[in-house]
This record gives sequence, structure tokens and C-alpha cells, in this order.
Amino acid sequence: MLRVVSFIGILLLLVAIWEGYKLLGAALGGQWPGTEIEMKPRPDNQNMPHVWDMVAALFQPARRGGDSLISALLVASAYTLRSAVLGFVIGGLLGFGLGVAFVRSEMAERAFLPYVVASQTIPIIALAPIVVVWGGRLGLPSWMGVALISTYLTFFPVAINTLRGLRSPEWTATEMFRSYAARPTETLWKLQVPAALPYIFTALKVSATASIVGAIVGELPSGFGEGLGRALLQFNQAFTSDPSKLYAAVLVASVAGIFFVALVTLAEWLVIPAGRRVEN
Amino acid sequence: MGEIVAARRVSKVFKTGKGAVEALRDIDLTIDPGEFVSLIGPSGCGKSTLLRLVGDLLTPTAGELVVNGKTPAQSRLDHDYGIAFQKATLLDWRTAIENVELPLELMNVGRDQRRARATEMLEMVELGEFVNANPWQLSGGMQQRVAIARALALRPPLLLMDEPFGALDEMTRESMQQELLRIWRETDTTIIFVTHSIPEAVFLSTRVVVMASRPGRIVDSMPVDLSHPRGVDTREDERFYTTLTEVREALRGR
Ligand SMILES: Nc1ncnc2c1ncn2[C@@H]1O[C@H](COP(=O)(O)OP(=O)(O)OP(=O)(O)O)[C@@H](O)[C@H]1O
Ligand SMILES: [Mg+2]
Repeated sequence: MLRVVSFIGILLLLVAIWEGYKLLGAALGGQWPGTEIEMKPRPDNQNMPHVWDMVAALFQPARRGGDSLISALLVASAYTLRSAVLGFVIGGLLGFGLGVAFVRSEMAERAFLPYVVASQTIPIIALAPIVVVWGGRLGLPSWMGVALISTYLTFFPVAINTLRGLRSPEWTATEMFRSYAARPTETLWKLQVPAALPYIFTALKVSATASIVGAIVGELPSGFGEGLGRALLQFNQAFTSDPSKLYAAVLVASVAGIFFVALVTLAEWLVIPAGRRVEN
Repeated sequence: MGEIVAARRVSKVFKTGKGAVEALRDIDLTIDPGEFVSLIGPSGCGKSTLLRLVGDLLTPTAGELVVNGKTPAQSRLDHDYGIAFQKATLLDWRTAIENVELPLELMNVGRDQRRARATEMLEMVELGEFVNANPWQLSGGMQQRVAIARALALRPPLLLMDEPFGALDEMTRESMQQELLRIWRETDTTIIFVTHSIPEAVFLSTRVVVMASRPGRIVDSMPVDLSHPRGVDTREDERFYTTLTEVREALRGR
């Protein structure tokens, strides 16, 4: 509850700063007083449309005679979310599997962990077009190619945090399981995995945002599909004539991200009882 | 046969980066079923190590160790003992009763039987009202009692306890001692109990084993001649005091 209140508070604060800066700009005529220096960014409606204009833009038709911008953006969000969620789920499972493999076999850890770490040094912008193009050559629909970007961004934090979490039980707990002659799989499922859940969810929350951003970035280079990536590209080109549309699209994209993170947080609440949750 | 623990010239050397540590040298110890044996000695004399050897949580470097007529490894696989150490180590994603059920689960005991047994154990440690409490809702003493209930859930012939009351305040500690004695009398468990407290060792045990360090070894083994059931009166008994003095002198090396 406190988090919801503070979230709304911060949102209002941001709106106030935005509009305050515009008011200041109007009062000063766009120049810092006593100097010839222009205010940057320029506080005019061209560069910084009013917040209410952005919101209003959402409810106007995106194209003449077409659906409203918001419904077009929601369709685009759903398209992008499909890729992001698919990639997120695959990445989550892959990351979990790798974490388990690494904790079970030190050899696997030594052999593969360096590659897992190295894989993350490839810039996503460089990787995205390659993956999408190769996905297309393999006959995958483009949204699945985009999902691979999300997978790539998700599996790493999940693998690392799973590994940490599986190693987190105290030595005394491990010894207790040994004293009860527990088999390795029993120790894994009854001790290590439950202990790792808070760690895994921390990674999942980070990855949820990353997989949406990744999906949007994956859609950008080719500008294909009906996702948020293409919408952002289009409105970017139309920025000079209608800036509030781009801002509105950015707004919707971040709401989509928040929505996804909220879903993951909800899952966390259902899985981990209140007393165990690490508040963050 | 007959003994539940039989150690002959058991030694344990730890190899560390800085060289070898001789934790135990030539331990000879036999414990009969039904005994309550306390191990007492200065810090680092190898009490915990000895307990872990019996529980097959460590293996001896030399010597012969028989637990319940078998190798320690076989006894562990047969669930012949329960452990309760200084930290309760409850799994905090499980309620009190689910924690007590854990060893039963690992033994593939059926669900209903598990519930019944765990409930019975929690009632024995007087936590009948807290079966569904989460560990973080329990006080330190209550957590320790859950851990004892868990250690007893399989009705093991042998209970290994390493300073289980070490972290408790004096009042709780005394009532836990009382409770442990009652449980020991009600079940026919043999208990090996590590402690730093001379009064605790004397009050609880049928025999106090005194150890010394460098290298870790047994220097004395003294029976405690106090009648059962023991209670508040026991602590005021004259023989209680003479035994305290004897143990203290044995610890000092006389
Ligand atoms: N895993 C280990 N590796 C190396 N040395 C160890 C290990 N465990 C114990 N030791 C050493 O063995 C000796 C005996 O340790 P142990 O824990 O059995 O003592 P203790 O009698 O239980 O002491 P305390 O009363 O402080 O608990 C100590 O010198 C300790 O440093
Ligand atoms: Mg110790």
C-alpha cells in the first residue's frame, strides 16, 4: 500500500517538475535571466508538450478516420508483450536450468559459466538484427525472433541468481539434510529451491522490464511487425509535426513494462509468504 | 554388541591450508542404550567433532567406530539418529508442523501418519497450539523445541545434541532441561549431549564424559548418582554439589 502511494506521489512530482519547467520557461521567455543562454531543452510545446496534451493525444485517432491512438498502442503492446513474455518464460526456465546444473556440477560451472558471462558483453543493439534475421531464415515468425532477444536478456540474471540462491542455505541446514540421508534431488527441491525463490524473483523482476525493452529494441531495426517498436519508430519520424504522439507511445510502453513487473510481483506474493519476503 | 556407540582408538585429523589439526586422538568410548551422556570440555577439544563422527557427518582418520551395531554411514542411511544443534535451523517456508514432518517425508511416511506423528511430537514439547505457526513467529526457545520435536519425529534410538540450549536464557534453559529429561524418560532414546555448562551436564546426565584439548581426548568418565525423576529438588541435593565439584576438578586436570 505504501508502495502504491509513494509510486503515485513520485509520478505527480515528475508531472509537477515537467509542467513547472514549462511555466518557468514561459515566464522567462525561454532564456536564463541576465544571459543570452537559451533554456535546454526548450520549454515550448514543440519540444515539451503539456502532459494533458499527451494524454489527450491518446484518445484522438492515430490516423485520419482510424481507431484512437490508445487502442492502436494497446494492440501494439499486446503484440510486443507476446514476444516478451514468451522470451521471458523460455529465458527463465533456461536460467533456472543452468543454475541447477551449475550447482550440481562444479565441472559444468567451470566449463560453461565463463561463456554465460561472456555472452552478456555482446551489445543488444548489435545482436538484435542478427537474431531476428537468422530467425527469419529459419522460418520463425518475426515475433518469435524478437522473443529470442528477451530470452537472451532474461536467462543471465536468472541463472546467476538461481546459482546464488541454491547456495544460500546455511551449512547447518545442509548438514541436517545429510543427517536424514536425503537424496540430492530431495535436498534440491526441499531445501535449495525454496531457499532460492526470493533470489530468483529478484532476477525475474529485473528481467521482466529488460525483456520488454529487449523486445522493443528487437523490433526496431527492421521496423517490421505490429509491435511497439514500429509504433515508436513511426511517431519518432512524425515528431516535428506531432510530438505528443511519441510521448504518448513512450508512456504506453512504460505502462506495459510496469504491468509485466506487477504480474511477476503478484506471482512472488503468491509463492513466498509475507514473513519471508525481502522488501525492496 | 549391546552398545549403541562403540569407539575404539578413534582419531580425527583435519587437513587445512595451514597444516594438520589433530582434533581427536585415540578416543575410546562405549555408550549403552538408554544412557544420557554429556560431553564437556574446553572450547576446541573436539566435542562437536566427536558428535559429527558418530553421526557420519565426518569420517574418522583412524580407529573403529560402530553405531547401533553398524557403520556410522549405515546408521545414518537407516535414520538411526536425530540431531539437534545450537541453531534450530528451521526451514522458514514451512510451518512448525511441516518442519517436524520433514524427516518423516524423507522417509516416505504417508501423509496422514506424518501429520499424526508430528502433532504428537509438538504436543510432547508443549507446542500443541503452535502447529501452524511460521518459524519467525516463534521465540528462540520455541524454535529450539520444534527442532527437538523434529529430531525425535522418527523415534530414533539415538539423539545427538550439540549445545541445543546454548542460546537460551537461564529460565528457558532450565525448563527445557526439565522437558528433555521427561522426553528421555518417556521414549527409550539414548542421548549424547554436548554442553559447556557443568550444572547442565550433571543435572541431565547419567554419565559425564570430560574431555581435554590439544590433542582432543577423553580424560574422565564419571557416572552421576542422582535418582530419577529429577527436578528442582535435585539441584539442591548435596550429591548434586559434590558431583559438580568432581566434574570441575576433572576439567581442571585436578
Ligand atoms: N572442518 C574443520 N576443518 C578444520 N579444522 C576443524 C574443523 N572442524 C573443527 N576443526 C578443529 O578441530 C578442533 C575441535 O573442534 P570442535 O568444533 O570439535 O571443538 P568443540 O569442542 O566443539 O569446541 P566448542 O566448545 O568451541 O564448540 C578445533 O581445533 C577446530 O579448529
Ligand atoms: Mg562445538
